[in-house]
Amino acid sequence: MWSILSNSNTQWVLFSTMILGIAAGTIGCLAYWKRQNLMSDALSHAALPGVVIAFLLIGEKNLFILIIGAAMSALIGALFIQWITTSSRISEDTAMGMVLAVFYGLGIMLLTIANQSASGNQSGLDNFIYGQAAAMVRSDVITMLSLALFVIFIVFIGFKEWKLYLFDGNFAQGIGLSLNGMNTLYTIVLVITIVIGIQAVGVILMAALLIIPAVSARYWTHSFRNMLILSACLGGLAGAFGTLISTFGRGWPTGPFIVVVAAGFFILSLLFGKEKGLLIEYIQFKIYQKEQQALGNKLGEEGSK
Amino acid sequence: MSGPIVQVENLSASYRKNKVLYDVSFEVQPGSLTGIVGPNGAGKSTLIKTMLQLHPILTGSVTFYGLPFKQAKKRIGYVPQRGSVDWDFPTNALDVVTMGLYGQIGWFKRPTSRHKQMAYEALEKMGMADYAERQISQLSGGQQQRVFLARALVQNADLYFMDEPLVGVDAATERAIMDILRELKAKGKTVMVVHHDLQTVEDYFDHVLLLNRTVLHHGMTEDVFTKENIAETYGGNMRWMGEERHHVVHSVQ
Repeated sequence: MWSILSNSNTQWVLFSTMILGIAAGTIGCLAYWKRQNLMSDALSHAALPGVVIAFLLIGEKNLFILIIGAAMSALIGALFIQWITTSSRISEDTAMGMVLAVFYGLGIMLLTIANQSASGNQSGLDNFIYGQAAAMVRSDVITMLSLALFVIFIVFIGFKEWKLYLFDGNFAQGIGLSLNGMNTLYTIVLVITIVIGIQAVGVILMAALLIIPAVSARYWTHSFRNMLILSACLGGLAGAFGTLISTFGRGWPTGPFIVVVAAGFFILSLLFGKEKGLLIEYIQFKIYQKEQQALGNKLGEEGSK
Repeated sequence: MSGPIVQVENLSASYRKNKVLYDVSFEVQPGSLTGIVGPNGAGKSTLIKTMLQLHPILTGSVTFYGLPFKQAKKRIGYVPQRGSVDWDFPTNALDVVTMGLYGQIGWFKRPTSRHKQMAYEALEKMGMADYAERQISQLSGGQQQRVFLARALVQNADLYFMDEPLVGVDAATERAIMDILRELKAKGKTVMVVHHDLQTVEDYFDHVLLLNRTVLHHGMTEDVFTKENIAETYGGNMRWMGEERHHVVHSVQ
């Protein structure tokens, strides 16, 4: 194990998946209160055709260019969802389901074609489906790190504005915060987080890294700030531990391990969460029940006197 | 008295294919407390939202103090319907009230203890000081409404719009809210309230705007709030439906 950890490339990869997890946990918390969890799933699937098209155009695997392709295709997916919802009677979740499936199908189709070319076959494009953090080289890590830090910074400086926007958008607009501006910014940071994660986590499972830390954090706190911090920490831990476990085997995909670790945190939160956990609710119920029974007995005794 | 502070001219608005408001024109005098009254679906909430640019204007214009909304919005406070937000959001009452100060605090700056103090005083005024640290999900409907009102008070606006603030609240909260509205009026502020309870209109408001897709009557309560006008506002809707649907059973005629 130590031999793996002492490898400087592994250290970099671990560090970058941790920062990715922190960014995903932070943005996931916004998505949770925007009530748009399926949106992140739809957009991460929608990123796949962009990755393959970008690869076919430039003919080599340069993460930065592939990320741009992924972002464009995810944004087109987002626009489609918006367009379908506003111009027809189709509901938003139906539109998201359609975009998710159609874009992913298109992506797989293009991937099959790309893999038939000689360079495509060697490129490791398949890694974008389930994620392969170990395949990242130094420049990939730097691209991912800087974008993740940018996203975290955007949420950090506008913390108060994000809170107001998520809690009461109409009121926010009333006091001068542009709702359109915030919606656009939200979509941008969401798409950035998704596309930087597709190399390490993969398009299929990226949404889980956005959703699970935020849901887990909800069980521990009643403060938006603490929920955001906790969600970021859980995401970071899941990213780092998942990557670490996946390095033990040759060619193990990273995404599934990260998601399984995150799911472990979720189960712990569900059971032992300080505010909404099942155990604490059960204990509270029992305490109240005892108090009430004691009160009832006391009244009964007084009545019999 | 100086001129009107709100001028609405030929305003219309729609939801999808239904025209909800048409030819809405009225003026509001400073220092008045107006009840917007009309049947369900008359467009009361839509009127407020359209005036405040939360809903697109189809045609017509709205000015506040002679200015368009964008330039006047610092002087305008809005209390949305209680059900318009998710009360499960993780925050406490004091924090929600502090949100009313975000415009004054300035974007990207953190609230100071002075802002917290102002928010606390607004809560105190609404009789909610003991609940400042309480989770908003654990507040009753009436308490949530008081928090919303406190948030509007702390904005220190000159003109307030309130969307059904008295719906689903207990008698004590209704009294507390009405006391505050009268106090605002006494300070020379102007308040427009969407109201649904015909019984209390005469006690609560000095002006009434009877609305059913368009303004039917508007003026001092004692002049406008008459049996005939109310019947026209509420019955008009049924007659209109009758005209539209000749092929169905005429229950109204």
